[in-house]
Amino acid sequence: MSNRVLFQIAKTHLLTRKKQSAIASLGVTFGIGTFIILVSFMTGLNGLLDGLILNRTPHVRIYNEVKPSPVQPIEKSERYKGQVHMIHSIKPKQELSSVRNSLPMMSVLKKNPLIKGVTPQVSARIFYQSGSVLLNGNAIGIDVLEEDRLFNFKQYIVGAKPADLANNENGIILGIGVAKKLSLNIGDRVQMLSSTGSTFRLKIVGFFQSGLADLDKLQSYVNVKMAQRIAGQGNNFVTDISVKLYDIEKAKYMSDQIANTYGVNAIDIKTANAQFETGTSIRNIITYAVSITLLIVAGFGIYNILNMVIYEKMNDIAILKATGFSGSDVKKIFIYQAMFIGIVGGLMGLILGGVMSYAISKAPFETEAIPTVKTFPVNFNALFYLIGSVFALITTFFAGYLPAKKASKIDPVDIIRGQ
Amino acid sequence: MAINQSTSSNENHILRTVDVRKSFVDPVEVEILKSINICVNKGEFVSIMGKSGCGKSTLLYILSTMDTNYKGQLYLGDRLLTGLSGNELAVVRNEFIGFVFQFHYLLPEFTVLQNVMMPGLKLAKKSAEEVEFDAMNKLKLLGVDDQASKKATQISGGQKQRVAIARALINEPKIIMGDEPTGNLDSRNAGVVFDIFKELSSELGTSLLVVTHDGDFAKRTDRIIEMADGRVIS
Repeated sequence: MSNRVLFQIAKTHLLTRKKQSAIASLGVTFGIGTFIILVSFMTGLNGLLDGLILNRTPHVRIYNEVKPSPVQPIEKSERYKGQVHMIHSIKPKQELSSVRNSLPMMSVLKKNPLIKGVTPQVSARIFYQSGSVLLNGNAIGIDVLEEDRLFNFKQYIVGAKPADLANNENGIILGIGVAKKLSLNIGDRVQMLSSTGSTFRLKIVGFFQSGLADLDKLQSYVNVKMAQRIAGQGNNFVTDISVKLYDIEKAKYMSDQIANTYGVNAIDIKTANAQFETGTSIRNIITYAVSITLLIVAGFGIYNILNMVIYEKMNDIAILKATGFSGSDVKKIFIYQAMFIGIVGGLMGLILGGVMSYAISKAPFETEAIPTVKTFPVNFNALFYLIGSVFALITTFFAGYLPAKKASKIDPVDIIRGQ
Repeated sequence: MAINQSTSSNENHILRTVDVRKSFVDPVEVEILKSINICVNKGEFVSIMGKSGCGKSTLLYILSTMDTNYKGQLYLGDRLLTGLSGNELAVVRNEFIGFVFQFHYLLPEFTVLQNVMMPGLKLAKKSAEEVEFDAMNKLKLLGVDDQASKKATQISGGQKQRVAIARALINEPKIIMGDEPTGNLDSRNAGVVFDIFKELSSELGTSLLVVTHDGDFAKRTDRIIEMADGRVIS
């Protein structure tokens, strides 16, 4: 095979200029390595930030909004029909803040094949009491195991497992801000005053830390039944229903359907958190833009070096052509060199990227916002390595192709006569 | 020393031109070759002589198929080479034409043996082992087989020129062309190269076409084609 000769020549060219070849490969190595590190780290971070909001937020939240009746009594009157009604100081309708028909609605929703889970929340106003000091607060009743399964509630809890609350009817996961103010610890009891005037003494099983200081000073979590007792209501008193779907893209459709079917207020996650989608896509664009720039810079490095080589090797190219190597043979020789640089540099880049990402994933990263995260988030995804390899091959091919094409066009007569 | 102006085909012809003309257009049109009709016979050792600028090198590059920008026709045996593509001409050069330059033009990164083998490996009619065996034989023929494993940059000028001749011979071409192959050599080495050429044409039946300034060298060849002002004058 005459291709073997071309390969041999390419190899000899590379090996006789080890330093230049190594520098050209290093360019690719850094390009690909940085791409892998950047993409793994950025998508890891994206995943974490999205997870903070998207995984913890219900895809559809069903609630009952306090608002004035959309149809005022005067509009129903026959006598003033067709006339202009001017009503001053409309008041909101007096009604319970609970979702109507919550229990039957939940059992129907649970059977829906699109829905992964449905879990109730009961919000009750309370005062934390310590001696004569009263602190404003909020006790939220949750089905803690479902809440954890669907919305990663575990990430908010410090010093306890979700099951600890489920197993203790009188347990409370106290906001960490409240605990600090009242100097309370796990195992202590906290006294609370409900809006109806009753006093409750609950045992602290763990702390709640969301990372939002204001929220941590107000909010605590109890079991659903306890919250209903604090609110002084029966077991059909549910203030919010959180729905998680299998497919987040269906959230809008589902929330509209629920609102229409049951005559309740329902909001989907996209409407509620529109800014997050934008943030994620912009971070992705930046990551890819920076990585591609790095690879193009590496490509220019290869282009430059090969151009220099071809300039140096004019005589050799002329003699190869004179002895019967065609233009496309010469082109192949230089493309082989570029591809070899690309493959070696790319492979080293994948290894560098992998090792560095691993190192980053082990670096300590402690943040108030996410107490369960101890190290930097890194997304190890084989797809990035694949994209990196393809990029490396494409950029080096083109970086090699242009100088190689120039080499193939060299006229041996010009070179030989020029001597 | 007959002037061969014949343009008709003859079985004995290896290389033949029919009314070859070439002009340079930059900056003004100058006709550098004016209706060249020459031929080289099988086993013939022909030299081309002429003053600088008479167009002899230009003609040689046309004959060698490297320069395709001319008018007229060029035949190798019966085959018309004019109008073939660059890749087809590369194959023709590889198989049928050997080339020896004034400057030896070996590939500096490769050993002497690899340099000689390269056109043979490109032709790929024989296995690498056979090509290597042939290459060693050619080196032996030229008396430089002891240099085979040295890098091309490590041998003397005379040796380089002999290696270049060995390379030109590797595919057993029909014709070997030389552009002042002895121009850069001392008289002793030039004599050696001439003897080698002579031997090739008489013993192997290879045709030779050599452009030279060296009158002594030319006198000893079978035939001299003398050129002036873009024409063959004798």
